[in-house]
Amino acid sequence: MRILGLILAGGHSESLRSLVAKRASAALPVFGKYRAIDFTLSNMVNAGIRKVGVLTQYNPRSLMDHLGSGKEWDLDRKNGGLFILQPYVSQEGSYWYKGTADAIFQNMTLLRRGEEDYILIGSGDHIYKIDFSRVFDFHLSNDADITLLVKELDDTYNLSQYGIVELSGNRITNIEEKPQKPKTNIGFLGIYFMNKYLLMELLYNYVTKGETDLLSIVTSQLDRLRVCGYLFNGYWRNVKKGIDEYFRINMDGLKKEVREELFYKYGKIYTKLKDLPPPKIGSTAIVKNSILSDGCIVNGTVENSILFRGVYVKAGATIVNSVIMQDTVIEEGAIVKNAVLDKEVLIRQESRLVGRDSIAILEKRAVL
Amino acid sequence: MRNVLALILAGGHGKRLGILTEKIAKPAVPFGGKYRLIDFTLSNCVNSGIYQVGVLTQYRPHLLNNHINIGRPWDLDRKKGGVTILPPYLGGVSGWYKGTANAVYQNIEYIESYNPDFVIILSGDHVYAMDYNDIIDFHILKGADGTIACIEVPIEEANRFGIMITNLEHKIVDFEEKPAQPRSNLASLGIYVFNWRFLKEYLIEDEADQSSTHDFGHDVIPKMIKDNRKIYAYRFSGYWRDVGTIKSYWESNLELTRPIPPLNLYDRHWRFYTQTEEMPPAYCASSSRIVNSIISEGCEIHGIVENSVIFQGVYIGENTVVKNSVIMTGTCIERDCLISDTIVAERVTIQERVTIGKGEPAPSRLDEEVYTDHISVIGMYSKIPAGVIIGKNCVIGIGVTERDFELSNIESGGYVLHRE
Repeated sequence: MRILGLILAGGHSESLRSLVAKRASAALPVFGKYRAIDFTLSNMVNAGIRKVGVLTQYNPRSLMDHLGSGKEWDLDRKNGGLFILQPYVSQEGSYWYKGTADAIFQNMTLLRRGEEDYILIGSGDHIYKIDFSRVFDFHLSNDADITLLVKELDDTYNLSQYGIVELSGNRITNIEEKPQKPKTNIGFLGIYFMNKYLLMELLYNYVTKGETDLLSIVTSQLDRLRVCGYLFNGYWRNVKKGIDEYFRINMDGLKKEVREELFYKYGKIYTKLKDLPPPKIGSTAIVKNSILSDGCIVNGTVENSILFRGVYVKAGATIVNSVIMQDTVIEEGAIVKNAVLDKEVLIRQESRLVGRDSIAILEKRAVL
Repeated sequence: MRNVLALILAGGHGKRLGILTEKIAKPAVPFGGKYRLIDFTLSNCVNSGIYQVGVLTQYRPHLLNNHINIGRPWDLDRKKGGVTILPPYLGGVSGWYKGTANAVYQNIEYIESYNPDFVIILSGDHVYAMDYNDIIDFHILKGADGTIACIEVPIEEANRFGIMITNLEHKIVDFEEKPAQPRSNLASLGIYVFNWRFLKEYLIEDEADQSSTHDFGHDVIPKMIKDNRKIYAYRFSGYWRDVGTIKSYWESNLELTRPIPPLNLYDRHWRFYTQTEEMPPAYCASSSRIVNSIISEGCEIHGIVENSVIFQGVYIGENTVVKNSVIMTGTCIERDCLISDTIVAERVTIQERVTIGKGEPAPSRLDEEVYTDHISVIGMYSKIPAGVIIGKNCVIGIGVTERDFELSNIESGGYVLHRE
């Protein structure tokens, strides 16, 4: 089975405020050393996919820097490998991607040229670990035309922010995008698996008629095609759903069962190497229930927090319930609580940053 | 642009590291939480802009070969140059490497293929940060035939080293190997720069000398000095360690946990690169208490860790205390253990309620030459059953299983080896 992987990574969300001022949501740092896209990309590579296209649009610099040649995912290859698919200018004009279907349609060459029979479409914003080979088997044994990944969403998800599906057996009978009154609690996870030629046919048919959203096209086919729902019951979260969700995801990294599932089941999660030494914990440090990444130096107090690579917590500083991104420095006597500090932030001596009703956020290179 | 080729001598056994080098070459011994010894020299090469590197291997090279591979972490996977592993081979005059000089002699063809102006000879088992451009600049400035990097050692320790006696111009006028009455405190670091044409001449001469042991330190360099060739001493004053013994290995690791370590691993302009397994960041639980320690990626710490270097993927259970110890990759220490002054090699399982490092030190009954201090060493892949008490300066061999333990109390100086 030859499969082409496509990752939609052009997204942007106002609700993430300054965290996405300079990066696409797929490039959001999570769990100390990763970026959101690492999960989908690693899942694809772990399932044996050797050709992956990443569709970018919104401020792709940090995402491109992160992916590089694809070497960390073994995607620096002569055959296949990593393809970065950006909107472009040509003789016919220049076109931003107008939607998911349009984005893929504009890169039809990649689909047309490859020898793959199937296509797996995921999003760079999702944090999950899956054995995709089970999805492939499901697709074949259900004789499906299209398989969508779905999950029963509990009350920690705001159902009106998701596509809600109705299932009859394995078959999807109805899809409602972001309904005010959801009929079920089964949400679509933004992951599609289907025959590549079927997708090409659908895109030629509908994008040329002005439909730019892939889920809408699939929804319009529910009567005509056999669209099945693969019920995923593992951990799955979407970083794009706002600051609170982003914060929750990082804090989930402190749970043993989440770490076990994301990092030790069905292969590894790969990410860009930084070549930093292991974290060093000094004589005045207190570290409780926290994640420390390479290059960290901790001489202060760190509790219930995620420290990214190269964070420096000086003696007498206190960090509680916070996400501290790469190369941020917290000086002596400073207090940081319920906060997300972006990269290269400097918290000066004796400063206080405490999120009261909501999570406090400092943007990249801020000085407090 | 000067054409420099680096040759790293990585074939040594490192006998004095005991069971740590029983299955792997000394340059492959893990160090500092995520590195292996050879990483320091390889990183120094590329940080100095030297991208032509030959690594001479002989003793148990598998893990070392696997680690270096095509040199990707060091950016040595290149179209031109890059890293080449040079094992002994058959054909012509070749065979096992008889000594350091003979090892280089056997690779003359490889060296000639690069036609270098200078060859820098390095050792794969030293820990240091050095910009080789400085010594090469010095070498060129002096118009030298050869230059030897030296470090000043305390004069009372000078009798343990090869000592250089220099004139005011830094030219080496005499050389003494481990002198009883040292005339200088300039010790050789085993880092040499030579004009290639000059070195080649001496290597060929040395090879023909039946009385030679074919070693740079013993034969070739003393001969060059005796011939009054232009051999200069370059003084290096930075951090440098030859972690040749169990004690120096243990000490150099623990030095990294000091508030300001003598070797700065955090210098972003002089990074040390390595090949490691991809692992998530370290997790320190609510029950953990960690001070003065290095905790690497993939670790999960529930216990108490003091003054220790913990490598990748180590699990330390609740209520376990690890003190003044080096715990290598993938080791699991279950709950209620007390481990002090111990080196635990890779992928060891220590079951609950085990004590290591108890009591007063005693001379080793396994090998007094190697296990000279109070440090206990646990060999890779061994399993220590629950409740066992192990003293100081003890050795638990490689792959020891529960069945190998006849006693549940191993007194200081004792050992347990695996029986087939």
